[in-house]
Formats: sequence, C-alpha cells, structure tokens
Amino acid sequence: MAPILQVKDLTKRYGGLTAVNEVSFDVEPNEILSVIGPNGAGKSTIFKLISSFVKPTRGEVTFNGEVISGLAPHTVARKGVVRTFQETTIFKGMTARDSVIVAHHLRSHASLFGFYLGSAAARRDEADFGRSSDEILDFLGLGAVKYEIASNLPQGHLRALGIAIGLAANPKILLLDEPFAGMNADETSRAVEMVRAVRDRGVTLLLVEHDMAAVMKISDRIVVINFGVKIAEGTPAEIRANEKVIEAYLGVEDETIGL
Amino acid sequence: MTPMQRGTRIAGIGAFLVVVFIAVPMAIAAAHRTDLYYTLSSVALLSIASGGVWLTFYIGRINIGQGAFALVGGYVSAILVTAYGLSFWLSLPLAGLFCAAASVLVGLPILRLRGVYFAMVTLVLTEVARLSALALSVTNGAKGITSIPAPGPIGLFGLTIVPAFDTFAERNVAFYFLSVTVMALCFAGLWRLVNSRVGRLFAALRQNEDLASSMGLNVPALRVLAYAISSFLGGVGGAIFVAIAQSIYPSSFTVNDSVNFMLNCFLGGLGYVFGPMLGTLVLYFGWDLLFQTGQYQLLIYSGVMILLILLLPNGLFSLRLPSRRSS
Ligand SMILES: Nc1ncnc2c1ncn2[C@@H]1O[C@H](COP(=O)(O)OP(=O)(O)OP(=O)(O)O)[C@@H](O)[C@H]1O
Ligand SMILES: [Mg+2]
Repeated sequence: MAPILQVKDLTKRYGGLTAVNEVSFDVEPNEILSVIGPNGAGKSTIFKLISSFVKPTRGEVTFNGEVISGLAPHTVARKGVVRTFQETTIFKGMTARDSVIVAHHLRSHASLFGFYLGSAAARRDEADFGRSSDEILDFLGLGAVKYEIASNLPQGHLRALGIAIGLAANPKILLLDEPFAGMNADETSRAVEMVRAVRDRGVTLLLVEHDMAAVMKISDRIVVINFGVKIAEGTPAEIRANEKVIEAYLGVEDETIGL
Repeated sequence: MTPMQRGTRIAGIGAFLVVVFIAVPMAIAAAHRTDLYYTLSSVALLSIASGGVWLTFYIGRINIGQGAFALVGGYVSAILVTAYGLSFWLSLPLAGLFCAAASVLVGLPILRLRGVYFAMVTLVLTEVARLSALALSVTNGAKGITSIPAPGPIGLFGLTIVPAFDTFAERNVAFYFLSVTVMALCFAGLWRLVNSRVGRLFAALRQNEDLASSMGLNVPALRVLAYAISSFLGGVGGAIFVAIAQSIYPSSFTVNDSVNFMLNCFLGGLGYVFGPMLGTLVLYFGWDLLFQTGQYQLLIYSGVMILLILLLPNGLFSLRLPSRRSS
C-alpha cells in the first residue's frame, strides 16, 4: 500500500542550531508510528513541520501524494492532518463538550453567515456536531464530565479531551505529542487502549512519547531521533535490540535498559 | 434554555426598551433637562464604539485604536454628505463599511501580534488617523469640516417615515432616538454574534489560537472578521457623533477616546456583551460628577478606576451574578 504520509529530507535550522536534520520516513495507512528520542532531540519540531506550523529549511512532507509543506496550518488540518500539542491541547475556559463541538467546525456545511442567522443548514450542523461530540466523548470515557470546564479536569481527562478534540476535526492522520505525559500507570494503560480504539476507527496515528513501556506496547513501528537525526527505524523488537538506540538513551553500551 | 430563562430574558429586553424609549424621555420632560438628550446620545454612541472594542477583547486582543475608526467613520460620513451631497442615511452604513474595509487591510498584518504589542500598534493607529486628517486635503486639514447639514427625511413610497431632523423643535430629541435605536440594534447584533457558533469560534481563538488552527479554523480570517465588525461599530458611532456636532476636526477623536473605549469595556465586564453599555454610562457620568472636585478630578477618577478593577476584576456586570445563582 502507498504510504499515507511521507517525510523526505526534512531539515529545520534555528539560526546555528539544526533542530531536525535530513529526516525521512514513511507512515503507512492505519498504523501507529511512534517517534522517540531524548529531550530536545527534535520530535516536536518534526510535528510542527508536518502540520505546517513552521516551514522546513529543506525537504518536504507529502500527504496522500500531495506536498503539504508550505500550506497554512488550517489548510493542512482540513486535508486530514490534525495535530495536538505537547503543552496545552484544550480550550481552557470552555466545557469539554463545547470544545469538542467547536473542533467539529471544519465539517460544517453552513457558512459563517448561515450560523449567524441560524439557517436550516446551520441548525442541522449544530445537531450533527452535538450528536457526534457526545459519541466521541463517550467513546473516550468523558461522558460523565462533558459539562465541566476543561481547565478543571484532572490530567488524565485532559489528555483524553485533547484526543477528543483532535478526533472531532475528522483526521485521517492524528499527531499526538506526548499523550501519556503526566499519567500514572493505570491511566496510561487506559489511554493506550484509547489510542488503539482510535486506530480501529480508521485513523492513522503518529505519536511522540517518552513512556517507553507504552511506546513498545502500542507501536507498530518506531522512529528514533537523536540530535535531530534519525538513528533507527523498525518494529519495537528491532528498536529494543538496536545498539545505537541503547547508546543514545544511556550514553553507555553495556547497561541494561528498561526498553 | 428553560422557559423561565426565556421569560427573564424577554422581560429584561422589554424593561430595557421601555426605560430607553419611554421612561428616560418622560423623566427628562418632567425635570426640564433637555440638555440630557445630548449627553445620553453621546453615551449611546460611545457605547457602540466600545462594543466594537469589546469584540476585539473577545478574540483576545487589547484594542486601543477604536478612536481611529470613529474618526475615519466621522470623516467618511461628513465628506459624503458635504462634498457629494449624499443623504446622511446612506453615508452611515457606508462609513461603517469603509472602516470595516480599512480594518481588514490594517488588521491582516497587525493581528498577528498579540498582547501588549498589538495594543501598542493600535494606540499608534489613533495618532496616525489624527495626523492623516491634519495632512490630507479631502479632510480640510486643521480647519476640519463644519456646517454639516442635519439628517434629511427618510421616505418610502411618498410616505415620510422619519422627518428631516431640522423640522424638530428640539433636534437633540431626534438624535437621542436615533442614537439609542442604533445602539439597541448594534448590541442585539453583537449579542446574537456571541451566542452563535461564530462567537464560539471567536472564544476558541481567545483561548488557544494554535489549537484552533490545527482543528482547521482559518484563524487569520476569523481574527480579521472580528476586527472588521469592531471597526464597523467604531465607524457608525463616529458618523452619528459627527452628525450631532455638525462638524468634525482631526481632534474629534483622540488617543484619550481610544483609551476610554477600552476602559468602558473593562468597567462593564469583558465577559458580558452588554458590559460596554453599562461601562460607558457609569464612566461618562462618573467623570462628569467629579467635575465639582476641580483639580482632583483626575486623581479621584484614577483611584476609583484602580479600586474598581481590583475589587471587580470581571466588571460591574459581575455584581449581578450572585443574585442570579441563588434564584
Ligand atoms: N522556535 C525555536 N527557536 C529556536 N530553537 C528551537 C525552537 N523550537 C525548538 N528549538 C530547539 O530545537 C531543538 C528541538 O526541540 P524540540 O522541541 O523539537 O525537541 P523535542 O524532541 O520535542 O524535546 P522534548 O522531548 O523535550 O519535548 C531543541 O534544542 C530546541 O531548543
Ligand atoms: Mg517535544
């Protein structure tokens, strides 16, 4: 099958610092691909490049055969490449449900003016978005807290809400930046199930994550980045056995690591 | 919305309209204070411009440049009426639309700025507008445009709906009804906007622009839309103001006015659509009441403002909330 997303020779320089250096990899349809690497390796920058929030110094990103680098971020999102953020991936002051409804916007049939006047198409859209939001929130276990203000939710729910908002935008490929950060073991294993369920809905997933146990459990394939350079790519078993990876993570070769 | 909430809302709107259109004119007649018509018209017009500023706050931008659009709107109407003989009634929407169009050009680059950077640039805009009015020939420089004719009649199929303002014994009564009608329409429109999906998209921008654009929202376009509506309101307010004064000068709206438009929003409450109306009313009369204190006017005024912002960070309208919750 043709890859859904292709990253080719992607390079990003900030002044003298090369945050991402000639990175290439393919993402296959409906797989879960994780990008891992030490702090500051350039993982989030790769996400920003794919979602077109920053322009590459060199190289390009292709989505379903079409070059998307250089397009506006909202255009890339409309094509189906949707990204969540490492830091705040919610609308703080809104209820969980309202946030998810807002994120449905690119599915709307009515124009903004139609929404203003409350046209028939707008009312249909509103009803559809409400139903779909309830479904997504239930699906991610947020049904009971959907009328809470987002910023009052505990960490685990926040991450789930971040994914719910992403799902609402109808992604073909969803980029999750550290979806398990700040979760305890229990929450993580539930979140892992959640991500798998999202994949079962037909969404391709690209993850950045530091939690190795979760990454090994969930990923079909893994790409390892160190100092902006791709140093390995393969299945979890291959990555676990890779000398370069062990070195990058520990700086020494002969220590056992918790991979 | 429950039937009870709907009932409360309709009662609220009804009370507001009765006060503005019936009770106030009756009280003014009883007290023989027809001078208040001019004052209250000013409050209504300033609150329209403040309503625009409020909308820019709503997308997360501090706008200290509304004076520029009030000035531009005033000049557009004045020039259309005096130089082109256009009816005031046509010049009014055109002044608003001209300001909206201008704000799209200005807004596209500057709305990328946030926080204090955007605020500073908008502050400079007011000065730019004043200096342009001084320098241009179409605005007649420092001499300004004077002897602007009062609004003519509006007729439909030979029927006079609104008589020419000159035919009123007290012109300011006509201007009062014009100002409060336009104010009611503008705030009804604003209320509808904020409570529609468009408003929710604006709120999403305020809370997280990056996330909004990664959800496919055209963030730059939405920002410009909000700013254009804001400037439209500034232009409309300015145009009616000029019609009342029958003259306009480069100093008709200054940085001071821009700052006041912003303060009106703060005072009324950024979370309430009708906040700017209340804020303008209180600020306008508060300033006037302090006139007796002479040289201490500014000192007391500033002190009270600081206290109010400290004690009521969500504005005067937030005073109303506890009673609502307990009911
Ligand atoms: N806007 C920027 N300007 C300058 N340098 C930047 C910028 N953004 C990122 N960098 C640098 O690029 C490098 C890669 O950053 P990036 O955020 O991609 O790392 P990361 O792999 O996501 O790290 P973490 O695991 O800590 O999230 C870092 O050295 C960072 O300081
Ligand atoms: Mg990162």
